[in-house]
Amino acid sequence: MDLTYTDAQKAFRDEVRAFLDERLPRRLSDKVAGGKRLTKADYEEWHAILNDKGWLGVTWPKEHGGTGWDAVERHIFEEETTRANAPRIVPFGLNMLGPVLMKFGSEAQKAHYLPRILDGTDWWCQGYSEPGAGSDLASLKTTADRDGDHYVVNGQKTWTTLGQYADKIFCLVRTSKEGKPQQGISFLLIDMDSPGVTVRPIVLIDGEAEVNEVFFDNVRVPVENLVGEENKGWTYAKYLLTHERTNIAGVGFSQAVLANLKRIAGLEMQDGRPLIENALFAAKVAQVEIDLMAMATTNLRVVAAAAAGQAPGAESSMLKIKGTVIRQELNHLTRRAVGPYALPFVSEALEDGSNAEPAGPDYAMPAVQSYFNNRKLSIYGGSNEVQRQIISKAILEL
Amino acid sequence: MNFELTEERRMLQDGLRRYLRDTVTPALIDAATEDASGHSDILWQGLAEMGVIGALFSEDDGGFGGAGFDLAVVFEEMGRAGAFEPLIESGILAGGLIAALGTGDQKALLEDVIAGGSILTLAHGEPGSRYDLAHVETQAVAGDGGHTLNGRKAVVVGAPAADRAIVSARVSGGVRDGDGISLFLVPLDADGIEMRTYPLNGGGRAAELTLTDVRVAEDARIGPEGGAFDALEAAHARASAAQCAEALGLMESIRELTVGYLQTRKQFGQPIGKFQALQHRMADMLIEIEQARSATINLAGHLDAPRAERERHVSAAKNLIGRASKLVVEESIQMHGGIGMTMEYALGHLAKRLTMVDHRFGDTDWHLERFIRLSAA
Ligand SMILES: Cc1cc2nc3c(=O)[nH]c(=O)nc-3n(C[C@H](O)[C@H](O)[C@H](O)COP(=O)(O)OP(=O)(O)OC[C@H]3O[C@@H](n4cnc5c(N)ncnc54)[C@H](O)[C@@H]3O)c2cc1C
Repeated sequence: MDLTYTDAQKAFRDEVRAFLDERLPRRLSDKVAGGKRLTKADYEEWHAILNDKGWLGVTWPKEHGGTGWDAVERHIFEEETTRANAPRIVPFGLNMLGPVLMKFGSEAQKAHYLPRILDGTDWWCQGYSEPGAGSDLASLKTTADRDGDHYVVNGQKTWTTLGQYADKIFCLVRTSKEGKPQQGISFLLIDMDSPGVTVRPIVLIDGEAEVNEVFFDNVRVPVENLVGEENKGWTYAKYLLTHERTNIAGVGFSQAVLANLKRIAGLEMQDGRPLIENALFAAKVAQVEIDLMAMATTNLRVVAAAAAGQAPGAESSMLKIKGTVIRQELNHLTRRAVGPYALPFVSEALEDGSNAEPAGPDYAMPAVQSYFNNRKLSIYGGSNEVQRQIISKAILEL
Repeated sequence: MNFELTEERRMLQDGLRRYLRDTVTPALIDAATEDASGHSDILWQGLAEMGVIGALFSEDDGGFGGAGFDLAVVFEEMGRAGAFEPLIESGILAGGLIAALGTGDQKALLEDVIAGGSILTLAHGEPGSRYDLAHVETQAVAGDGGHTLNGRKAVVVGAPAADRAIVSARVSGGVRDGDGISLFLVPLDADGIEMRTYPLNGGGRAAELTLTDVRVAEDARIGPEGGAFDALEAAHARASAAQCAEALGLMESIRELTVGYLQTRKQFGQPIGKFQALQHRMADMLIEIEQARSATINLAGHLDAPRAERERHVSAAKNLIGRASKLVVEESIQMHGGIGMTMEYALGHLAKRLTMVDHRFGDTDWHLERFIRLSAA
């Protein structure tokens, strides 16, 4: 048993830190740290910096322009970038579609799409969920009917994150109603500017339109946009979900939130003393910190197993649950720390270039909006209830 | 022992529930949110006509109620509807302080308050005061037949709707002393008052007030010079009771929405309410809401008790309601899935409003510590 990194891994960590020192624009890390909303251009700027260094395809092999890092190196990179308040890498093209294309896509698809993901030509969004198909994804109803060398797509996707920025959407669509619902699903790539596609933003409880409804009305999609075989989409989707669950524990995010919480609780005065010196509050912060320390190691245990070639299985469900519970509790304590200044909600003040000023300390509003927004963590990517089902079936065999 | 409402209170409850259900539509909520005043004139006048503002005052003060259970009935219905009128501010805090401390002349204003013509608010909290009622840095200096006020007031809920505010200011003592606080009734358009208004999470609007050499006459002072603290604390006990009842109403609405959703939302070929994992959590939620109702009753029934007993119930209720609110907010959103995250569905507004209950008049842990201190005394 050895809890420390090897010398090579430490050297790699130092290299990542030096890179972040030098190349992560202060403007961006300030925005992330300050809880400001990132624009499309902000994400693109950071993607381009990483791509320039060859570090954008974090999970990608070298042959496709990726880093070729192993699980430990990926973990170090994720931890350092989140701790440094770098913008997150938008996952849809890089972590979700990319790996699916590498494994199941045609040579032509790989040659065409993969470089465009890296250089930012295409912004992808994920079209899985529908109004009637959330946890029960296989019940999805959006249809793709073959008409000559096109599919004609009709139906609706929803909760499409950042779909308003997207050039393209990868969709699960129904191509057959025969057999089990899972058997008639195909994986289709669709241009967002195709005639018949409409996007409607949905405002969430934190005030931001982060997700969208996407409607398809007789949208014609060339058959060469099918990934793999018709009616095999479910297999590809499940493969994608294992990638979606990398970094699911969000240890680096939680560490950043914890540091911010301690900073705020040191500034907020309660009954004449800094809140962080209040025994009851300090105990709550300590409780989460202890959980986080243990989870960081749980996470490393899974990382080490993955580096040794074991595919992350139901363990990632444990990381998802514990990781989201910890993040949400940290968000809760941060909200509580700001006291009465949790009430003001000057939404525009979170936008780029707005002159609107927040009321109270500048950390107050982002603290509250993060609390609301991060309720999503236990809902998406397979809800925490669904994860518990997976653990009880796959690990406990109940 | 009798936990039934009196006939009058039941009529008030029925009438108010029906009125609010018909009136507080999503369109009205949006309009009130966008209005610079942060409230709805139509709703305010309707409440006044129904006698709802009057129900917050005793007959001696020109009202028709004023007891703890009158507040509980009114605010549970306000919560159930997700309404956010400045009722606590105008009726209970500022209006209540005038009723408790005012001279005959000053109390004459209450007629207009009860009739809905004048809206008041209390400007007491300050940027550094958090939940400490004794923390007042704003200064009042006596002279020339009145006072001069200087200082800042924070998150003054209802200020954009109000014409006058009761402003607390220190005439003597240290920043966190209970002694030395005076109250002054000040028109919000007085010279020297700068008001920055903004919307609130959960609806309504508040303002930051900056007072620079604001002159008030001698008859603007409400209550004894330097001796307002006890009345402030009593008014906040009543406001806490109202807020707990409002939280209870919010929880009841959220419970109804969530049960309805569990019954109708289908996944895996059945209503999600058939999954035992969710059934048990909904059952736990119900238990906590019933606990919240009892805590609210405890507090409403002790508003006229001696100070120590009253305040112990304030802290008990605020602690329990704080915990129950968090559970109800988080569980209801979770059990709704994605739809629970949107502002397009009724839950969004109700859940945000319920969350904010823990950011006024002291939060869960602040009251837990206070409960320990009050119990030891
Ligand atoms: C902010 C946000 C962003 C998202 N982004 C995307 C995106 O980009 N692309 C995309 O395709 N999707 C996205 N989603 C959708 C997300 O994947 C779904 O919300 C999720 O799958 C849950 O589905 P649902 O919302 O329909 O809830 P439902 O499936 O209806 O679930 C409702 C409740 O029932 C519970 N439940 C369901 N089944 C069971 C069971 N068998 N046992 C016990 N409990 C159960 C759930 O856990 C939940 O608590 C996003 C969602 C959110 C909130």
